[in-house]
Amino acid sequence: MTALSDDIPHHILSVLVENKAGVLARVSGLFARRGFNIVSLAVAPTEDEYLSRITIAVEVASAPLDQITEQLFKLISVVSITELDPRHAVERELLLVTIEAPPDVRPQILALVDELAGRVLDEGQDRLTVSVEGHPNALDDCAERLRPFGIVELRRTGRVALPKLDNAIDHRLHQV
Amino acid sequence: MQLNGSQALIKALEMEGVDTIFGLPGGCILPAYDPLLDSAIRHILVRHEQGAGHMAEGYAHVTGRPGVAMVTSGPAATNIVTPLCNAYMDSIPLVVITGQVPVSAIGTDAFQECDTIGVTRSVTKHNELITSAQDIPRAVREAFHIATTGRPGPVLLDIPKDIIDARNPNSAMEWHWPDDADVLAGLPGYRPITHGDPRKIREAAEFILRAERPVIYAGGGILKARAAETLHELAELCGIHVVTTLMARGAFPDSHPLCLGMPGMHGNYTAVTAMQRSDLLIALGSRFDDRITGKVDAFAPEAKVIHVDIDPAEIGKVRRPDVPIVGDCRLVIEELVEVLKELLANGAAFPDRSRWKQTIAGWQEINPLAYVPAEPGDSLKPQFVLEQLRDNNPDDCIVVSGVGQHQMWASQYWHFERPYTWVNSGGLGTMGFAVPAAIGAKVGRPDSTVWAVDGDGCFQMTAQELVTAAAERIPVKIAILNNAYLGMVRQWQEMFYEERYSEVYLSPDLPDYKLWAEAMGCVGMRVDSPEEVEAAIQKANEIDDRPVVIDFRVDAAEKVYPMVAPGQSNDDIVTDPGLRQGIKR
Repeated sequence: MTALSDDIPHHILSVLVENKAGVLARVSGLFARRGFNIVSLAVAPTEDEYLSRITIAVEVASAPLDQITEQLFKLISVVSITELDPRHAVERELLLVTIEAPPDVRPQILALVDELAGRVLDEGQDRLTVSVEGHPNALDDCAERLRPFGIVELRRTGRVALPKLDNAIDHRLHQV
Repeated sequence: MQLNGSQALIKALEMEGVDTIFGLPGGCILPAYDPLLDSAIRHILVRHEQGAGHMAEGYAHVTGRPGVAMVTSGPAATNIVTPLCNAYMDSIPLVVITGQVPVSAIGTDAFQECDTIGVTRSVTKHNELITSAQDIPRAVREAFHIATTGRPGPVLLDIPKDIIDARNPNSAMEWHWPDDADVLAGLPGYRPITHGDPRKIREAAEFILRAERPVIYAGGGILKARAAETLHELAELCGIHVVTTLMARGAFPDSHPLCLGMPGMHGNYTAVTAMQRSDLLIALGSRFDDRITGKVDAFAPEAKVIHVDIDPAEIGKVRRPDVPIVGDCRLVIEELVEVLKELLANGAAFPDRSRWKQTIAGWQEINPLAYVPAEPGDSLKPQFVLEQLRDNNPDDCIVVSGVGQHQMWASQYWHFERPYTWVNSGGLGTMGFAVPAAIGAKVGRPDSTVWAVDGDGCFQMTAQELVTAAAERIPVKIAILNNAYLGMVRQWQEMFYEERYSEVYLSPDLPDYKLWAEAMGCVGMRVDSPEEVEAAIQKANEIDDRPVVIDFRVDAAEKVYPMVAPGQSNDDIVTDPGLRQGIKR
């Protein structure tokens, strides 16, 4: 996976699927068949135990994406697909990072974490583990600002998104 | 009622009305073969699992009912991947059952283990690994529902051995047959759209009423939707010419004055050119395949497009339609006919299309489908064999072909008068399809004569199934157009690779097809000259207790014309140069 660049438009597909074995492979297979890379992927149960929500971010032109969404919808296990335009959606992601934090620089790091509205989750002798939640692009900036201190490990969850409330357009492409 | 999983499987197939299973037993599927002994279902024991799959396809093609194949795990499952992909491309309803290693052994590289679900995911409409005996009836019911509704296609059920093995406690289950509501509740993501949007149908009617050069572009969806009769009504009501694609041959009778025959790379001049010059293409259950459109940017440049298809993913995939209609072809055409009748009753009228009709008649006059006939002493022309087969068989004779030159000649020179009399591999182009598909077709329609027209290259891929046919007394007839070459490849090497023939020669005599046929329990014949053709066909038609194979030795230099070269515009259709030199039939 590579980070999304700002200049290439990305698309977010929010796919409601049956909560069954193998469904993610069916969905991701349609992208793999065309050689399209999925940039970010998040899967989680929904309020209905029989259904799961897959949120996929891809960098792809609109025309092939339309074709993929039509074919995604043909999958028996796919219940509905919503395409979210990033300009009309709220997107969030969680970042966990372990940073080198010896005593001499620790106050600087804590100040930065505070500025980023992050939280310290774990403290070691020379390291800190911190969580930051935010827009995926903002998390890219966070990672860059933390990098000079020495990143030991970094994990991101992949984005989830919902349409903005003031937006009257129905984004559901397909629904049974 | 307490049953074990294997009993539940066979009972579920009986509940679905299955009368025939094409299959071959082996380790993991073995338990399912025991209750089969006590069932009324006929099992046809094939010699290779690919044969089981193609037989099930042939059966489904001619009956409209789903074909059923049952094979074991591992290599059996991989052997049936080709028929699955073929059925997926040609929208053929199949239910394929594969054995799997016991649930506890899955993922351990057990003997004859294969990730069948993973391997077949992209060549099935749906597949499911059943992990509990209790789920078998539901899974079978859902499989038949999915295979036969919406856009039909193959569904695979992978069944681990332990849940069908009567000696294993995992196979215990309480029988419950799900009702329609259960099926719908179990498939929340599957609701095919069958009725077209009434506003779009009205819009389509208005386009049809304005069009001066309309052409109906009928595809395989017409046959899948059982829409041949309603297509007939639409064409006659509007007086619109119809082209029938390779998958739709027989959907509209070739003898009808409005029938233009097959379009595409080897379509006839008039069908190809009428589409090119039309101002309205009414695409009904067709998918703008590259073999139809030629160079897409140059395809039917002046045409508006009405596209009716049950699969929303087909709409706009290749050509953006002016009027998209998602729905079942039969229902949509019926609704369209109603709207047109209403508009006509209220004073609407078609524009004067007499010039268009004259133009079409002119093309038919100048460029009929024809070939250069053999001079006395010349070798046999494959087209002549097709004409003789056609003229010595009734309209309800079922013709099955493999893939290549013989397939194109069969589609061109047969006169298809009835739906469901033509069986071939269209989308995937599977060589070796003909012999097993013909066997399946004969099982499905035992009262019809079934002729397979095959090439020598194709025949060698699946000929062993004639042993199955002989053993099971399935009297199919095979006409091998033996030109000793992989003929279509040879044609391309001649036309596009400066006659540099690379790895296409097969020899006419190796194998000896007559002896091979006889060794497989068939009647074998060999025909070399035009004078022998009719008598051989008549003799074959009199034999009804075993398969017949005729080795027709045909002219190796004969090429399929007309032809639109790959990647070229349909405007650049090439007719037989021999005919252009003035040798007219």
